[in-house]
Amino acid sequence: MMIGETIRVAFQSIRANKLRAMLTMLGVIIGVAAVITVVAMGTGAQRSVEARINSLGANLIQIQAGQDRFAGVAREGGAPLTTDDADALLREVSSITAVVPEMSRNQQVVSGNQNINVSVVGTTANYPDARNYTITHGAMFTDGDNGSRQRYAVVGSEVPKMLDVPPAAIIGRTITIRAIPFEVIGVLSEKGSQGWQNPDEQILIPLNTARYRVMGTDRLRSIAVTVAEDVPQEQAMVDLERIMRREHKIRPGGVNDFQIRSPREFLATAEETTKTFSALLLSIAGVSLLVGGIGIMNIMLVSVTERTKEIGIRKALGATKIVIMGQFLIEALVLCLTGGALGIVLGWVMSQVVSDKLGWTTEISPTAVMVAFGFSAFVGLFFGLWPARRAAGLDPIQALRYE
Amino acid sequence: MAKDIKTTAERMAMLPADIPRDAVIVTRNLKREYVMGSEVVRALQGVDITIRRNELVAIMGPSGSGKSTLMNMIGCLDTPSEGEYWLNGHRVSELDDDALARIRNKEIGFVFQTFNLLPRATALANVELPMVYAGASGKERRQKAEHALEQVGLGNRMDHRPNELSGGQRQRVAIARALVNNPSIILADEPTGNLDSATSVEIMALFETLHDQGQTIILVTHEPDIAAHAKRQIVLRDGKVESDGSTLVEVSA
Ligand SMILES: Nc1ncnc2c1ncn2[C@@H]1O[C@H](COP(=O)(O)OP(=O)(O)O)[C@@H](O)[C@H]1O
Ligand SMILES: [Mg+2]
Repeated sequence: MMIGETIRVAFQSIRANKLRAMLTMLGVIIGVAAVITVVAMGTGAQRSVEARINSLGANLIQIQAGQDRFAGVAREGGAPLTTDDADALLREVSSITAVVPEMSRNQQVVSGNQNINVSVVGTTANYPDARNYTITHGAMFTDGDNGSRQRYAVVGSEVPKMLDVPPAAIIGRTITIRAIPFEVIGVLSEKGSQGWQNPDEQILIPLNTARYRVMGTDRLRSIAVTVAEDVPQEQAMVDLERIMRREHKIRPGGVNDFQIRSPREFLATAEETTKTFSALLLSIAGVSLLVGGIGIMNIMLVSVTERTKEIGIRKALGATKIVIMGQFLIEALVLCLTGGALGIVLGWVMSQVVSDKLGWTTEISPTAVMVAFGFSAFVGLFFGLWPARRAAGLDPIQALRYE
Repeated sequence: MAKDIKTTAERMAMLPADIPRDAVIVTRNLKREYVMGSEVVRALQGVDITIRRNELVAIMGPSGSGKSTLMNMIGCLDTPSEGEYWLNGHRVSELDDDALARIRNKEIGFVFQTFNLLPRATALANVELPMVYAGASGKERRQKAEHALEQVGLGNRMDHRPNELSGGQRQRVAIARALVNNPSIILADEPTGNLDSATSVEIMALFETLHDQGQTIILVTHEPDIAAHAKRQIVLRDGKVESDGSTLVEVSA
């Protein structure tokens, strides 16, 4: 019955002191906005890592030469990754469905009077499937093309632009890689920049062509392996490690001279990082809410003192303790919830700014909004309690006499 | 509060036999002491008064004689150190804070020397306040508050805030607020103390009109011409009743 009236009175007294109310709410506003933004950034980061991994192939395991970076500084001198390793894996590991060797090097590529420097990758015909590419123009080279060392090139989606040719028109053109002429037979779909490298700025050529005609080596940069649907990745990784150790003749107890990485592992690391980061910022947000709460308590105490006479009048007219307490609690609550609501708006704006200006994907989490709002309600109740009790406990006569 | 279940008549029947059945206020040996450090101030030193329904009583006496203390006690703003007090048959001396608040709300209408209106609220909102605490609906509150303001002649000032009203008008708002819950008694502690003499006469005329309509009123004053409006004067001195009767005794304020 009196709740509506009490809320009205609370808003009235906040309106009467707008600037003060605003300053009081600042702590809560900042705290809530921080929570919303941080969680939005965390969720966004999570999503973009997931999306990136899916675009790279979620069940793709990558094998690279060199020691695991956790086992010490990676050094040269271990056995390199070779086409023989790739052949052995395909032959002996039953839990995998495809092996994609990659031999890559940055090369001068010339087309007409255009001269660019891109990554040239010697690989097999299954590369686009394993790495979730499609062919937008022309076709991929075949296993037969690989066997016969054809000078065919399939270019990334950025390459036509770099060579100043429309994608459709590049098919059938001749480009030279290290002065060796190649015919462009296909264009790959677009992946988008991955930060440290752009997978759209590469040129695929058959592995054997690369090995015997361009690079003159059997050293691979990496081997990508597709795991069979029904096999756990961990199982496949164990199998791969066993065969690799045998191929590289590593004795029991010896350190691997290669690394096996799964995207899930990468995902887990990314998750860990985001969590640590979020926990840190959330604790800052928590402190800010705490400070906001103390600010509200402080102002409520001032308000109780200032309004001693009013409290006396209300008591004389029949307000019980619980009613007076309710009045001041609701006032604190209204302050906090208004601050919380403004904080949510500010947090949303900040998330937009972060994603617009910094290009960081953000995603507002409804849970974070509710938790932040709930927490500001809690702050209001908790820090409003003491001032409210003080108001309720005032002696009516003394309160009436207060000037 | 089991007592509240009973009607006023039933409660009155349980009072001591020497008390008239139409007594609104009965005090017996009422005492109030204030402890100030090592000193004890005896503000009331055993006051026995009985006030019947529809009386208009003036309480007089020099400054510091205990008038306000007695009014606070009667108004249930304060509880006695000793003695007994019945209001409409409620034995007030044994009620807790919340019960006292409810009695103040339903049975008592206060009028103060300094008006004590809420400065930010309109006249109407001020008058509605006791009914807010009585739990009345918005519509009922508005109707009754408008009626009370019309009764005190402020029908055309309902939306004014206290600082937009004269002293006399403020006191009228306070009187409307005291009236609005239809209390058993109106308590006015020096209601004309902050008003000029012309306005004081108007306010006293208003009290007399209310009295003629059947309202029980106690008012504190130390001005004999104000007290002369009342048929009965109680004079306090040093926390005791010095005289209680219908003849006005000369007081040295
Ligand atoms: N809260 C208080 N604490 C201590 N002494 C008080 C208090 N209130 C009143 N007194 C004392 O009690 C006596 C009566 O005061 P009061 O009832 O206000 O007198 P009056 O209204 O007749 O002027 C005075 O001596 C006053 O100083
Ligand atoms: Mg006094």
